[in-house]
Amino acid sequence: MACIDADGNLTRTAELILLALRTPAGAEAAAAGTDLPLFRVRAALRELERGGLLTALGDQLFQITARGIRKLEG
Amino acid sequence: MENPLEGLEPQGGIPRIGDPAPNFEAESTFGNIQLADFRGSWVVFFSHPADFTPVCTTEFLAFARRHPDFRKANTELLGLSIDSIFAHLSWVRNIEEKFGCRIPFPVVADIDRRVALRYGMIMPGESKTETARCVFIIDPNAVIRALIYYPMTTGRNVDEILRLVTALQTSDAHMVATPANWQPGDPVIVPPPRTQEAAAERLLENYDCKDWYFCQKKL
Repeated sequence: MACIDADGNLTRTAELILLALRTPAGAEAAAAGTDLPLFRVRAALRELERGGLLTALGDQLFQITARGIRKLEG
Repeated sequence: MENPLEGLEPQGGIPRIGDPAPNFEAESTFGNIQLADFRGSWVVFFSHPADFTPVCTTEFLAFARRHPDFRKANTELLGLSIDSIFAHLSWVRNIEEKFGCRIPFPVVADIDRRVALRYGMIMPGESKTETARCVFIIDPNAVIRALIYYPMTTGRNVDEILRLVTALQTSDAHMVATPANWQPGDPVIVPPPRTQEAAAERLLENYDCKDWYFCQKKL
């Protein structure tokens, strides 16, 4: 998984995106807030959601989960 | 008699200009990606024969150097070959080490040839085990707008690929066509009139016309 490294830690890209989604936001806002290309954010959102670190709120909005917060806090 | 092309025909036919670009999900040097992740951007989706080969290395260097110009044109680059992800990673790291150039775009590892076959990137008459030098220009609505095929011996002209994207964007924005060897800033072609009335009126308009069917203008 590109968002988690071999030691189970968040990659820098994943960390940036989770930080950007402490309040609900869409992919475009997360891309603008992290300065990452939109395609990378969309791909990461999918992986982070599959990993339970993010949840989709509908209407293209995502928010960090409790599990995601714990992961961020390390 | 054995069919030498068996299993290598494009599945569903080669996508052509105006067709929707088939979506896929695949492993890449940037992680798992889908073509749909690029919606809203233009995409230059290109295949190369193999990692650790000299012509492909020069192409990757050329694409990487032009990457900022593609990004300015709302265009993302996406590479593909039927090498493994580990070969890709090793190669892009080698390019950075030997040439001092970081590859700033993802490269799909299509080891099972699923995407290459869908896009008709394998030319069995040339090689059954490698992808040819194919380029698909895909617009923000995921429609294929142009295709280029080069043989294995001949590296692509990345400036021409950027010019092609720019020309397509110019045509879309201004409803015009672009003449041979057009470069940004050059006059563009006003679409020929389709009726007698429009043809007569065309000569009265403020275009640079050689005749009713051949009119250019500056943007």
